[in-house]
Amino acid sequence: MNREMIGHQYPASDALVVTEEIIRDFALAIGDDNPIYFDQTVAQSFGHATVCAPPTFPIVVTMAAMEKSFNDPALNMDFTRVVHSDQRFEYVRPIAVGDPLVVITVVEDIRALGNNDIATFRTEVMAHGELVVTGWSKLVVRGDE
Amino acid sequence: MASRIPLSAVTVGDELPALIMTFTRDDLVRYAHASGDMNPIHREEEFAKSVGLPDVIAHGMLTMGRAIKVVTDWVADPTAVVDYSVRMTRPVVVPAGSGVDVEFAGKVAAINDDGTIRVDLTATFDGQTVLGQARATVRLA
Repeated sequence: MNREMIGHQYPASDALVVTEEIIRDFALAIGDDNPIYFDQTVAQSFGHATVCAPPTFPIVVTMAAMEKSFNDPALNMDFTRVVHSDQRFEYVRPIAVGDPLVVITVVEDIRALGNNDIATFRTEVMAHGELVVTGWSKLVVRGDE
Repeated sequence: MASRIPLSAVTVGDELPALIMTFTRDDLVRYAHASGDMNPIHREEEFAKSVGLPDVIAHGMLTMGRAIKVVTDWVADPTAVVDYSVRMTRPVVVPAGSGVDVEFAGKVAAINDDGTIRVDLTATFDGQTVLGQARATVRLA
């Protein structure tokens, strides 16, 4: 991979407007039946305006945004050899129905480990210009044996 | 962020109720559609084996998504989680049929100066851990 790309920031992704359906489908897909994901009345009883998204829901938008950057020829990254090794989310506020989520992807680090490259992407998930959650994804790009 | 567990009720070393969750091929298809991760290693046995895997494997992010249920069931309000990180160290291999069980557990590892707590999580499949350094920072009531 091209280490000169460390620090490079990609333009914001197209907005995904969060709906109750998207949250429900994701919660069902991870097998989590917490009523805060499904029932607005319960969510409101915990002080939320709408149903909330599960903690790993932001991956829906961060992975799509990162995949666009993987196709950047300047990055010189072979996506067919990528393994997702680490993920972190730091939450600023809950994701709510109606949030138009956009993601700014930053190449935070690229380093060699043996024959592999380890790339860390920071994904800043914003709504209405304000940070909602930051993600960090560490990807191992396997080199030649 | 309204946890139903008060900070005063928590001691370092406390164990959270463990969960066993079954991973089936259907679960992986459903997660692929909900997450947008359509990588064939999570759906097509022949393809998975062609790239050196023993069989279809679960999305690491599905395992991460399920592990945090140990915390969110406990606190009731999932938005009490303010930070969550994992290392995906081994795949959960999912053969066709009735699926495989993964056991998730959590323990209070630290009470932080800012009043949050750190919960360390484990995910065990086939006698081995599949997540490393799985940690959640949680703001209690």
